[in-house]
Amino acid sequence: MNSALVKQETVTLWKKNFSSFWSIFRENTMGLIGLIILAIFALMAILGPYLVDISILTVDGVTQVMHPPTAGYVLGTDDLGKDILASVIIGSRVSLLVGLAATVISMVIGTLVGIVSGFYGRAVDTILMRITDVFLVIPWLPLMLVMAALLGPSLGNIIFVIGITSWAGTARIIRSQTLSIKERPYVERARAIGSGDGHIMLHHILPNVFPLIFANTVLVAAVAILSETTLSFLGMGDPTQVTWGMMLHFAFSMGAVSFGAWWWLLPPGICVVLVVLGFTFIGYALDEVLNPKLRRRDQ
Amino acid sequence: MNMRGYLGRKFVQALITIFIVICMNFFLFRIMPGDPIRVLIRNPKISGEALERVREQFGLNESLLHQFFIYLKDLFSANLGTSFNYRQPVLDIVVERIPATVMLVGTATILSILIGVVLGVIFAWKRGTRLDVIGLSVSLILYSMPTFWVAIIMVMLFAVYWQIFPLGGMGMPGVQYASAWAEMISQLRHMILPTVTFALILVGEYVLIMRSSLLEVMREDYMLTARAKGVSSTNLLRRHALPNAMLPVVTLIAINLGFIVGGAIQIETVFSWPGLGRLMYTALTNRDYPVLQGLFLLVTIAVVGANFCADIIYRYLDPRVKS
Repeated sequence: MNSALVKQETVTLWKKNFSSFWSIFRENTMGLIGLIILAIFALMAILGPYLVDISILTVDGVTQVMHPPTAGYVLGTDDLGKDILASVIIGSRVSLLVGLAATVISMVIGTLVGIVSGFYGRAVDTILMRITDVFLVIPWLPLMLVMAALLGPSLGNIIFVIGITSWAGTARIIRSQTLSIKERPYVERARAIGSGDGHIMLHHILPNVFPLIFANTVLVAAVAILSETTLSFLGMGDPTQVTWGMMLHFAFSMGAVSFGAWWWLLPPGICVVLVVLGFTFIGYALDEVLNPKLRRRDQ
Repeated sequence: MNMRGYLGRKFVQALITIFIVICMNFFLFRIMPGDPIRVLIRNPKISGEALERVREQFGLNESLLHQFFIYLKDLFSANLGTSFNYRQPVLDIVVERIPATVMLVGTATILSILIGVVLGVIFAWKRGTRLDVIGLSVSLILYSMPTFWVAIIMVMLFAVYWQIFPLGGMGMPGVQYASAWAEMISQLRHMILPTVTFALILVGEYVLIMRSSLLEVMREDYMLTARAKGVSSTNLLRRHALPNAMLPVVTLIAINLGFIVGGAIQIETVFSWPGLGRLMYTALTNRDYPVLQGLFLLVTIAVVGANFCADIIYRYLDPRVKS
């Protein structure tokens, strides 16, 4: 069998998987709501610089500080007189970017460890799964905080720290699926016609664990966004970047709580909750789509 | 597999995990960029000779492997080093903060499990009704909120606007209490808001797991058998369904420990609660590495130990795992 044909077959497999998946997913109200929420935030992040005048975010000494919402400033201002609404819109860019980049790192590590561990078994499996267990059991926030503190506050470090600490759950799920897939006849057939380990993992196992990877990505993304917010709030973020977490950090340390500046504390938090909810809703919907047992039960 | 073999295997696994964590804890703090001496001295103009002396004093001129053995030896004699900030042994500082955290976390956990189990049972019993839908949505939303943000909102509502509870801390600084009773009442008043906040954050997951676990159990054949035998609804729930449905809750408590530690850091920071979480936050902001390192190690060992205990309890509770 030539490689072009194999590639074409793989592509067809992906397409078939996707279209059957979409026909079930679009019936799910919760999943659609999640998708709409995320679409709105994605638009906000992409169009951000066109929606607001970035110069509002520089301190001009004219605007009033810590001002409650008025006609000119729909969501009020912070301690430096910066417009909260503009900050929230601009903040969506870095917040989402950090969350997504960390998710990609986490998924790549988790998938790699899971497939290799399940495919090779024996010593490789034992060692990799021991490491995975360590990452599962260590309290995640202290680990992230310690690593972030040692690496220093920067965007790249935050992404790295979240990605490197959140892959263990994915690895476990992918491993158990790989264990079942590698026993299927088509893997045996591929081996019989002389396919190498790398080829089997890439063309036979990966496409078949992909639905699982996809479902897990959504849940990891929710965790990553929450992690970014929490790390930034606790002072591990990059102080030169506007993110929802950094906004809350400054608000808290500048005494917005005792000042009662709800217009500064609520909007960034609500954005985080909505994005996390969006991912969680999609996660629930995917669970139903990918788990036929669950679907039948609810009907 | 027999009980002893199982226990032995789990114990060895826990020990390996702790050893890996000790290695990580040592090497993380050495490999990461930044010279600890520079942080310790905080004087950029120090002479090379003085630098060398400090380096020797702290054993930093030895090889990395040698340093690791010294670290291990110190660990076994319960020496976690000296805090940069407080100039006190790390272990003393940490031990001093344990009661405050245990009090807060313990009360909140028990509260959330009780409420979570009761609500989970109600929602499962009334599944599909409006009550169930509302309950599920609230649980999901609570679950999606950053812990520190919930704490901030609670402070703003109950301490700033309505001023029912104090802003934070564990007592009024500098106040002389008339009696031990008055002091206790004041402490209790300070404790209510952080405890309720913590419980609120934890409760969602217990509701969700209890609900789905009970729904699962109610579909089992033995439930149908019991019903056919004429067991009353209340007895069906109490004697047949609940004992089996409670099992995942035990597992969740163990899995949740890491999450609880994270929650303690955030809640203690917002409420200025003088426990381990707040200690971690101050150590982070002061870059007090010995405290950070010691705290991280102790907390991780505690979580690994608790997971080990949960494994044993689970096996004891569920006879099916034994065979």
